[in-house]
Amino acid sequence: MAKTKVSQDTGDLVLNRISKYYGDFCAVDDLSLTIPDGSFFALLGPSGCGKTTTLRMIAGLEEPSAGTISIGDTDITTQKSYRRNVNTVFQNYALFPHLSIFENIAFGLRRRGIKDVKDEVEKALNLVELGHLSERKPAQLSGGQQQRIAVARAIVNRPEVLLLDEPLGALDLKLRRQMQIELKRIQLEVGITFIHVTHDQEEAMTMADTIAVMNQGKIEQMGSATELYEAPKTAFVANFLGQCNLIKVKVQSRSGGKVVVSAKGHTFEIPESRVSSSNDALLLGVRPEKLRLDDNGVNSIKECVVTDRSFVGTSTQYLVRTPWDLELVVFEQNDEGLHDLRVGDKVSLEWDSEHTFGLDGAQDVNAGADLDDDE
Amino acid sequence: MSTQVIPRPSFSHRSSRWFSRNLIRIYAALAFIYLFIPVAYTFAFSFNDSGKSNLVWQGFTLDNWKNPCGAPQVCKSVANSLQIGVISTVVATILGTMIAFAISRHSFRGRKTTNLLIFLPMATPEVVLGASLLAMFLNLRINPGFWTIVIAHVMFCISFVVVTVKARVASLDPRLEQAAMDLYANERDTFRYVTLPLVMPGIAGAALLAFSLSFDDFIITNFNSGIESTFPKFVYVSAARGIPAQANVIGSAMFFIALIIVIVGQVVSRQRKKS
Repeated sequence: MAKTKVSQDTGDLVLNRISKYYGDFCAVDDLSLTIPDGSFFALLGPSGCGKTTTLRMIAGLEEPSAGTISIGDTDITTQKSYRRNVNTVFQNYALFPHLSIFENIAFGLRRRGIKDVKDEVEKALNLVELGHLSERKPAQLSGGQQQRIAVARAIVNRPEVLLLDEPLGALDLKLRRQMQIELKRIQLEVGITFIHVTHDQEEAMTMADTIAVMNQGKIEQMGSATELYEAPKTAFVANFLGQCNLIKVKVQSRSGGKVVVSAKGHTFEIPESRVSSSNDALLLGVRPEKLRLDDNGVNSIKECVVTDRSFVGTSTQYLVRTPWDLELVVFEQNDEGLHDLRVGDKVSLEWDSEHTFGLDGAQDVNAGADLDDDE
Repeated sequence: MSTQVIPRPSFSHRSSRWFSRNLIRIYAALAFIYLFIPVAYTFAFSFNDSGKSNLVWQGFTLDNWKNPCGAPQVCKSVANSLQIGVISTVVATILGTMIAFAISRHSFRGRKTTNLLIFLPMATPEVVLGASLLAMFLNLRINPGFWTIVIAHVMFCISFVVVTVKARVASLDPRLEQAAMDLYANERDTFRYVTLPLVMPGIAGAALLAFSLSFDDFIITNFNSGIESTFPKFVYVSAARGIPAQANVIGSAMFFIALIIVIVGQVVSRQRKKS
């Protein structure tokens, strides 16, 4: 049996200006990224944004058209995938159907010439809590079990980086939630770098320390879930992570840490630190749960009309039309302060300055909206 | 409650209902009878106390089964057929599998043409193939015999092997090979531990098909065999004088061996699934 020599590099994974072209189509466009050693990192974006291509380049299953990939000090750009200290959990698991669960997990160990695999395999099986299934064939396992075996098969090799390609995509909602917690637990236990590719923003936010939002081959913004949600830098990020109200406004003044803007005769304030553009035309953003149905704040819009109302358990969601015919979404918690408005009721809206953000006004207001569930 | 009396259906009505309900079974039974009458006939006449000609039933005997090589040349021709079958199968399976991988995995100049040319021997009438091959051998001053039969058999078996294996390779999920490469298997190990085992059922099927085609072939063999005899040729030649009952014994035995192989295969795969 041939023994494969695997490089034993450790350190941060660095993508330096990588691009990938398929003919004229640019899947990944001059992307640079540093993923710290030991972090749980998510690449989030709609289908076709280049996130899976990026992952496959890290795995060595695709070669970048330009740029370099390195782990620590070693350039692995042209290294064969079987020499990289990187393992992948494939989208549909790709378990070997002709091998038992035990042999599936032992596969990587055996290829590296390790003779005594029993202990390692059993440890990996116990980590995913499926020790009793080692003699079965993959086809005899449920989707959730196969998923965990795929994780065990990768983790048993103690790679420097573990790549997860939409690993929960084929599972139903309940199982998905369970596996999210499980994966997070495993990552903390083994402490290796996880790179998780997903189009599900909730999944990315629950699991990852750092999220990079990708769109059309580029990274739109990178940060923690809170940063991306509370202070998005582009309309795409604002819309792709949760729902967002974006209002076209003009800058009146910038002074004293405040940016005063106006729209159709209404003036609003945004903290200067939360404005990411120096243009005069801005998009004022505010999340639906930050809007209140009152009119005593600095930022308020009077004489609005409720056009739709839906009860969703923990909250009631309203669609409210401003005097200039812009529809805004408002979430109101179902607790004591509930207004219980009906369609057609007159209402005022207000919000706090520190919950607003200002984006470059040249962007499409609807960029990234309704993209998340089409895969 | 109403006391309506349901009229008893008439006999003809009932029988036609029974008939329509069981139509599919009757049809299936008839189809099987049609398929198996020749086999049953062959089997029955292997017990015929035939003497010279095995056309008329003359009484039951086990002598033919006790002495299957009793007729002159019969066992020699069977041995020849088995040897030719095994050699042609091995060569055709190896070459055909390699062609199948080349066609489905690599893009090279003339791939489409190759794909088409592979089908040609299957589409060409056997008499034409047999006659042309003989002409070629004679032109090359090669005397027809054992090896010319092997060459001819390898030639027409390859097409069937390529088609069978190609179908299996095409249905292989490329992600499995990627997963193997991801798990430290180099190109050779990936082929050995993942690709080959997964394509193996296709290769085995192709080999069985090649063997049965070779063992069965009469037309092409008859042109290219010279004085060498094979089992089909033996039966054909003896038909003029009366086929010996030993031919029936060997034919039936082949049938039962094939049947046992299929049954054992089924049992083994079922038990594997259970465990």
